[in-house]
Amino acid sequence: MPEILASVLDGLLIGLVYGLAAIGLTLIFGVMDVVNLAHGAVIALGMFAVYFLFESGIHPYLGLVIVAAIGLAFGVFVYLIAVRPIIDGPPLMTLLATFSVSMVIIGVGTALWSTSPYNVDFPVKTLNLFGYTVTSARLVAALAAVLVTAFLYTFLYRTTLGKAVRAVANNREAAELMGIPSQQILALAFGIGTALAMLSGALIATLFPFTILSGGIYELKSFVASVLGGLGNPTGALFGGVILGLIEGAVAPFIKVSWTNVIEFVIFVLILLFFPTGLFGGRR
Amino acid sequence: MKLLSRPFFWLIVAVTLLYALLPYLGGNITLRETLVLSAIYIILAANLNLMIGYTGYVNFGSIVFFGLGGYLTLWLIASHHWGLYPAVLFAGLVTSLLAFLLGFGVLRLRGAYFALATIGINEAVKDFVANFEPWGGAEGIFLPFTAFKAMGGPAKALWTVYLLIVLVMGLSLLLTYLVKRSKFGLGLFAIREDEDAAMVLGVKTPLYKTLAYSLSAFLPAVAGGLYFFKNGSVIPDEAFNLHLSIEAIVMVMLGGQGTVTGSAVGAFLYERLRGLLLTLPGLSNFHLVIAGALLLLIILFAPGGLMGWLYRVWPRLRRVLE
Repeated sequence: MPEILASVLDGLLIGLVYGLAAIGLTLIFGVMDVVNLAHGAVIALGMFAVYFLFESGIHPYLGLVIVAAIGLAFGVFVYLIAVRPIIDGPPLMTLLATFSVSMVIIGVGTALWSTSPYNVDFPVKTLNLFGYTVTSARLVAALAAVLVTAFLYTFLYRTTLGKAVRAVANNREAAELMGIPSQQILALAFGIGTALAMLSGALIATLFPFTILSGGIYELKSFVASVLGGLGNPTGALFGGVILGLIEGAVAPFIKVSWTNVIEFVIFVLILLFFPTGLFGGRR
Repeated sequence: MKLLSRPFFWLIVAVTLLYALLPYLGGNITLRETLVLSAIYIILAANLNLMIGYTGYVNFGSIVFFGLGGYLTLWLIASHHWGLYPAVLFAGLVTSLLAFLLGFGVLRLRGAYFALATIGINEAVKDFVANFEPWGGAEGIFLPFTAFKAMGGPAKALWTVYLLIVLVMGLSLLLTYLVKRSKFGLGLFAIREDEDAAMVLGVKTPLYKTLAYSLSAFLPAVAGGLYFFKNGSVIPDEAFNLHLSIEAIVMVMLGGQGTVTGSAVGAFLYERLRGLLLTLPGLSNFHLVIAGALLLLIILFAPGGLMGWLYRVWPRLRRVLE
């Protein structure tokens, strides 16, 4: 029994990080109806960003702030180049445009860093939490995910700019009539979503070894988590991530790890079919 | 026969014969191996076009049909000693039937939701197969050498399989042409333009969509069976390669969605470009970058693809090239 609880606890902590990645995906979808297929590639960029910052002597947790800033700028850049011209086109166009961005990122990444694994090698302590041992890196990653989410909510609900983002998400035309420059807000939202993806990548990089292709797995997990919570619903995405982590933790002692993916994707398809607005009803 | 008086029908026949005879007459194996890949691409793109170009549903996981066809075929041959012909036909029918049943569920979803579901299906099937011991798990299925012996030795078997793949390519083009000219095809185009309006006008949209989905599964599954038979083995990562699925979308977009010629030309050009980028010194690392940038340029500046551009410059072409 304690073995299962320890595994579930591990799952809960990693689930919060999945949730953070999923919030990035779901925020972009909620604000502009774009499914960002470059999400995984951006997560991988976050991993490499924190790796290179660490190699140049910056502590990974300090590096997170820089990674977030890079992510914001990069997201705005991607939005302006690839998404803005076709933002009002059919969904296929934005899907393909973001996918082409993913191809470019993965292509450059493969050429520069090959596909061999990298590792952020910094000292990690093991802690005792209610009698269960967890690594400090896992605990910090989960706490950071919660902090970033709290920060995002404060921004969305307590600042004028954040309210503008929510207004554009609700109704772009009405928001424009109220004098909100919607294109700039969309660019900002895409930047925030990208920054969240890079942050989650950076946090994952402190836990596991990674390659430029590692983002793909977390992109798919983000899809599952956001669909669980209802696409476009950030709170739902966080809970979706936690549910995903709990499932992984709960089944880990009993079956081979490779089966968890099957379970996750079957849940994913079933949720899409029977609860397309997510487990919590969502606002979509 | 009205079909026989159509120039486009003869164009399809000519292209198919060209693919079959060019390597066969000279016994040129290098050319055969180049053309087999482009034939497979044309099969994938043409059948995907039924969904993307005709019906307007973006199937991101169309490769699942190809992979399932490959797995079913090799399993029937290796474990149940079936012949190649019954095995590929059976694999095609089973995959098509599965798509039909699945279609009633997933085709209720629209837009991005449908696209995500198709990705989910492909990944679920891939991970399931990778864990499914009767199908060899992650190691996949290897064909025993006797499977080739039944067809007159490996060298002869490979030629036979090549000609069969070319035949499936011709059938794919013919199928998409016939669907485009039919009342069924008109119904699909109506769904693409406005699904709700089509429903009001009496198009049985759920049935039409599901039929299109199921139809687009048959020939890719047969092609998957032939292709992996030719390889002699099948593993999950190759059979359900999501990347190839998305490359197929690029081919359809490159040529021009909704056109028969476009999907074929797009697939052919994409294969050539990919081959060129992979062999050019210094560029081989960047082929993904260039392909991605190319895709972005098409989307931003020529969303109608090559055929869209040709039709604009030369409108009379519309009557000849479908």
